[in-house]
Amino acid sequence: MRSQRLGWAPYALLLPSLIYMAIFFAAPMLQSFGLAFQDQSGAWSTASIERMLRDAQFQRALFTTVALIVLIIPIQFALALAMALVINARLKASGLWLYVFALPLGVSELAAGIIWFNIFTERGWLNTILEGFGLVERPYIFLNPQEPFWLILAVVLAESWRATSIIMIILVAGLQSIPRDYLEAADVFGATTMQKVRRVILPLLRPSLQVALILRTILAFQVFATVIAIAGRGLTVLAAEAYRWYGDLRDVHVAAAYAGLILLLSIISTILFLWLLPTREEQLA
Amino acid sequence: MTADARPLAAVPPERAPLRRRRAGRQRLVGRGLLYLVAALMALWVLLPVYMVTVTAFSPRDLVFLYPKSFIPVEISTDSLAFFANATGVIPALWRSVQVAIVTLIISMVIGAPAGYAIARFAFRGRNAYRLLILSTRAFPIVILSIPLAIAFIQWGIYDTIWAVALMHTALALPFTVLITSSIFVSVPRELEEAAQTLGSTPVGAFFKVVLPLALPGLAAAAIFTFVLSWNEVFAAVILTLRERTLPALVLTVLTQSPLPFRFAAAFFMLAPSLIVIFFIRKYLLGLWGRVVK
Repeated sequence: MRSQRLGWAPYALLLPSLIYMAIFFAAPMLQSFGLAFQDQSGAWSTASIERMLRDAQFQRALFTTVALIVLIIPIQFALALAMALVINARLKASGLWLYVFALPLGVSELAAGIIWFNIFTERGWLNTILEGFGLVERPYIFLNPQEPFWLILAVVLAESWRATSIIMIILVAGLQSIPRDYLEAADVFGATTMQKVRRVILPLLRPSLQVALILRTILAFQVFATVIAIAGRGLTVLAAEAYRWYGDLRDVHVAAAYAGLILLLSIISTILFLWLLPTREEQLA
Repeated sequence: MTADARPLAAVPPERAPLRRRRAGRQRLVGRGLLYLVAALMALWVLLPVYMVTVTAFSPRDLVFLYPKSFIPVEISTDSLAFFANATGVIPALWRSVQVAIVTLIISMVIGAPAGYAIARFAFRGRNAYRLLILSTRAFPIVILSIPLAIAFIQWGIYDTIWAVALMHTALALPFTVLITSSIFVSVPRELEEAAQTLGSTPVGAFFKVVLPLALPGLAAAAIFTFVLSWNEVFAAVILTLRERTLPALVLTVLTQSPLPFRFAAAFFMLAPSLIVIFFIRKYLLGLWGRVVK
């Protein structure tokens, strides 16, 4: 094998990517904790973290971020699983269905936010439809800072619309790796579709589900532009607070404290998912 | 499954065993249900896109029209032109393109060799490297733009396309490595070895045999990196002040801007991604699906 002749070659090929990630990933990650533990003058202290915790927006931001995750993830997984099962059933023009379901994959958070703002705004599409069915008499103001319920619902729908495709793709790939024999065996024993989904497909899909869950939760902790596009200042989330402290309040230390918190929550949730949904080792590799 | 239906149909219904006939009917109902679910899901995806497109192609005064009309009353590029002519939009658009191109070049130049190494060589540390790259996905990389901003100020590249592109590369690199490695794995090793047997150097074999075969997949990966950068807003808004990319510009003026501006902006940001996803649709499963394994 070539690896004997050119033993150094793979390392030479890997080196640039390792150096790059050390500079632009590992270093800033450590630095974000470093910055969070300094005050404005650069001296070591927990003042910036205390400032974050005491900030009037902190609890709201943390609550909204977690609420969004708790609402979005189950909706997305139900939608993505339905889409993936439809794709896997090989309907006619399956390529077209895949393209349509995957469309939002390329849509940015910001564009998705505006797309759903268009639906929920006062003179928007939702009011048009509701009035068409005679459910409201005049346009209802959904996106009103006094009513966080509708703001959160609109963000949940926008995020569910935008980021379901990535989960769907991961699940389709997972479904395709399930041997057809397993499903045929289930057919032979007279399993119903629901039984097949629950007893055969879901257990075998576990590694894909785990990866999708981790990926999606981490992205959800960073939710930012969708919230601003739909709710303006009516709602706030952790990433929006990081941006506010960096941009408007010019305090990079509190901003870094928020970044560190998002980082910490992401790591905790990843560990939680790895622990709650253990997969066999060979599937992880 | 459609193949299973054929022998059933060949037997006249009245002579087919009752159980099989019932199973056939159930299957037909199941198929119908599947198409219904598929249609509903497609509606869920397409309807919002249709709605924003209709609004974006309305003349400016009709953007405020209520109730909305599902059939466009008047199609015009008035709102889109209003957006494109707004201060700073065209330069921001151009910067977004530049950032995305720089991002895709750096991440391909750095990531593809690493992808090739883990696809083709057996070496100590290969699995550790794969795990390292996989584990970066457990971190919210974009958030790291806050500490990076300080470094970029020191290096004197803050508020330039380079700052944003370097950050976007960090975001894209793990995907580039994993995606390119899955593309190189799909090129038969035998062809490369044959070229070497016939006197080609390893480097020559790579450029003459592997690269042409991997090119369509690599192009799809590059296009996807482009979209990733084109769409990214958090890092862009942190790392720039005046030299905004398009999403960063739109985000900062959004809440003070009139509705036609917002919807036209959404359409401008949306359109390239719809086209791009269409062109790389065949590779989607390969690009994202294989990243999992």
